[in-house]
Amino acid sequence: MEEISPKYDVIVLGTGLTECILSGVLSVKGKKVLHIDRNDHYGGEAASVNIEALFKTYGNYTKGEEPWKKYGRANDWNIDLVPKLLMSSGQLTNILVSTDVTRYLEFKQVAGSFVQQGTGPKATVAKVPSDAGEALKSPLMGIFEKRRMKSFIEWVGTFDLKDPSTHKGLDMSRNTMKEVYDKFGLEAGTRDFIGHAMALYLDDSYVDTPGKAPDAIERIRLYGNSVARYGKSPYIYPLYGLGELPQGFARLSAIYGGTYMLNTSVDEVLHEGSKAVGIKATMGGADSPEKIQFETKADMILGDPSYFPGKVKVVGHVLKAICILKHPLAGTNDSDSCQLIIPQSQVGRKNDIYIACVSSAHNVCPKGYYIAIVSTIAETTSNHHLELQPGLDRLGKIEEQFMGAPIPLYEPIDDGRADNIFISKSYDATSHFETTTDDVKDIYYRATGEELKVEGLRDVQVAEQ
Amino acid sequence: MASRAGPAAGRGMNTRFAQFKLVLLGESAVGKSSIVLRFVKDQFDSYRESTIGAAFLTQTISLDENTTVKFEIWDTAGQERYKSLAPMYYRNANCAVVVYDITQSASLDKAKAWVKELQRQANENIIIALAGNKLDLVNEQPDKRAVPTAEAEAYANEAGLLFFETSAKTAENVQELFTAIAKKLPLDQVGPRHTRPGQRPGGVSLGPAEGRDTQAGGACSC
Ligand SMILES: Cc1cc2nc3c(=O)[nH]c(=O)nc-3n(C[C@H](O)[C@H](O)[C@H](O)COP(=O)(O)OP(=O)(O)OC[C@H]3O[C@@H](n4cnc5c(N)ncnc54)[C@H](O)[C@@H]3O)c2cc1C
Ligand SMILES: Nc1nc2c(ncn2[C@@H]2O[C@H](COP(=O)(O)OP(=O)(O)OP(=O)(O)O)[C@@H](O)[C@H]2O)c(=O)[nH]1
Ligand SMILES: [Mg+2]
Repeated sequence: MEEISPKYDVIVLGTGLTECILSGVLSVKGKKVLHIDRNDHYGGEAASVNIEALFKTYGNYTKGEEPWKKYGRANDWNIDLVPKLLMSSGQLTNILVSTDVTRYLEFKQVAGSFVQQGTGPKATVAKVPSDAGEALKSPLMGIFEKRRMKSFIEWVGTFDLKDPSTHKGLDMSRNTMKEVYDKFGLEAGTRDFIGHAMALYLDDSYVDTPGKAPDAIERIRLYGNSVARYGKSPYIYPLYGLGELPQGFARLSAIYGGTYMLNTSVDEVLHEGSKAVGIKATMGGADSPEKIQFETKADMILGDPSYFPGKVKVVGHVLKAICILKHPLAGTNDSDSCQLIIPQSQVGRKNDIYIACVSSAHNVCPKGYYIAIVSTIAETTSNHHLELQPGLDRLGKIEEQFMGAPIPLYEPIDDGRADNIFISKSYDATSHFETTTDDVKDIYYRATGEELKVEGLRDVQVAEQ
Repeated sequence: MASRAGPAAGRGMNTRFAQFKLVLLGESAVGKSSIVLRFVKDQFDSYRESTIGAAFLTQTISLDENTTVKFEIWDTAGQERYKSLAPMYYRNANCAVVVYDITQSASLDKAKAWVKELQRQANENIIIALAGNKLDLVNEQPDKRAVPTAEAEAYANEAGLLFFETSAKTAENVQELFTAIAKKLPLDQVGPRHTRPGQRPGGVSLGPAEGRDTQAGGACSC
């Protein structure tokens, strides 16, 4: 067994996507990184697991039975634990490209982005219009509303925060998105799908918050640019599942000298005064014959909330049901993959319900199967399955459903500057990774005092060597 | 963009081109990287330090006038040292070179463990070659040999592996090793070429990585 160094620049705990991106970026920047996970696999909460592991995680079968056997080879399944998609013009895509991690991954478009209008038997599902042309054809709006929507989308395209002449006479620092919608005379239903299916807000608080309009416009633009990049939807997805993403960044880190230890538990965080200065850890999991205890120091420790239960707070709960289907979602033109958003107002909720669906087209399951994950933010303290029901109703016959207790969302209590422990946030209920990359940038700034510039990351480093 | 679907291939008039993913495994310091360096650049370095920033390397060999095989070679980047190799590494590997050092008998045990791991984790049809490296040391000083050729060869036959004793230093059998692998790869089964991501139905290529499949992602510092 290789000698373990007595000192690293950074120790990273947990191999979720946030941690792996940070580990990769810090290694590229020349930091000496030790990256540890207590699990025997990469990805933590953001892993993709096979169907046997999924049954075992949720425990929804009778002991002695092996229900996964009827689903073919377990390893043909890569089921995401976190339902997210990548915006094709989003920040994560930029980071993948600038770090060359794209070389280890292959992506496919998600075939469609849909939104539900109405509820119950009268509910309709329609494609989210992404440009002015599609707006004019969309069944989501009446004839006059289509024209208003078209002029709104065209205006979003020309909007420039720095140029007040493009602001329609509004004060962007003070006015609200409601006032912007009012300018265009948009109807409530249209505001709904713009805010929830294009700007991808989870609730309606953005509408009346003064000064929030530029953010909303930026999000609508990101949506439009992402659709424009490959055509069908704003989303792309890696073959073999999202669990490939942390693995890709871990490989980047390793190539730049990062040291990887899975199956390693952190026994103690060592402190000097108020600062964390290292860890005591044990390599080799519960059933491993040889265990190796070691101690090592570091200038800082990064990690996910599960490694620091006393230093995080719960900020909400996500509800999630992973469902195995044998058919595509109704109303999506038999798309092999899609996102379907049920805006809160359509079903009398405060938070949207998301459905993310992928299939054998993404090498995540055998042919003929579809994996749909229904999720939302919990609004009640019991009967959570009822909260997800409008989403489950969209799925038709469900072969297998995995739904655990509400998943707590954690955030660090402190920013980490006082004790040199920098903790990430849980993966939130959004449908994409934009908030994950925000967290990466925020942690990088808190930990290093520098802004993370992703553009040309590797080129710069190579030039410096 | 990595070709994940291998083998990827195309057919011109009478020419065949196929691309395969090859992974390297073996104990530290047996010469994995050196074998690759010899194969790809025909170089050897006795005092090599860790190179950083090399994603993977590619090398093309011509089996005959009409048949070209391109290897996309992945090194472990050290993730195997504490048993932390990612499934991504094995995924869709068409072939593997498992290396041991003929002057270190324990390195053969390690190689056998890697072969088992590959048979458990990798493609069913993966072609595995066993390479007993540092042959030059034994040619110079026969008493340095710790693994008899016959012993390793018997194991390789039994396990269905290609087998060569190599020297990355003198280049002995390095080209032969890769050529033998290329000959054993299923060149005839290859369908239309899928390497370019844009050509897989619905596949997308992100950013400027396109068309830059020369050595080590343009980021190799060596
Ligand atoms: C094809 C190839 C060419 C190399 N060329 C040079 C060179 O010209 N000068 C130099 O100083 N070092 C070079 N190296 C790196 C060097 O051989 C090894 O990295 C080093 O001997 C051992 O590194 P390691 O054990 O820490 O990491 P390893 O586990 O061996 O590899 C770490 C990463 O380095 C890369 N790498 C490893 N070996 C090589 C290698 N021989 N060439 C390029 N990238 C490599 C791989 O992408 C690997 O993922 C080269 C390595 C390879 C694979
Ligand atoms: N004499 C001799 N030395 C070799 C040969 N191949 C490699 N070496 C030397 O062995 C040492 C290790 O070689 P590497 O190629 O770095 O070994 P590796 O298997 O890649 O090692 P890790 O990357 O640590 O896993 C270097 O000092 C090489 O110069 C060989 O064929 N003959
Ligand atoms: Mg090496």
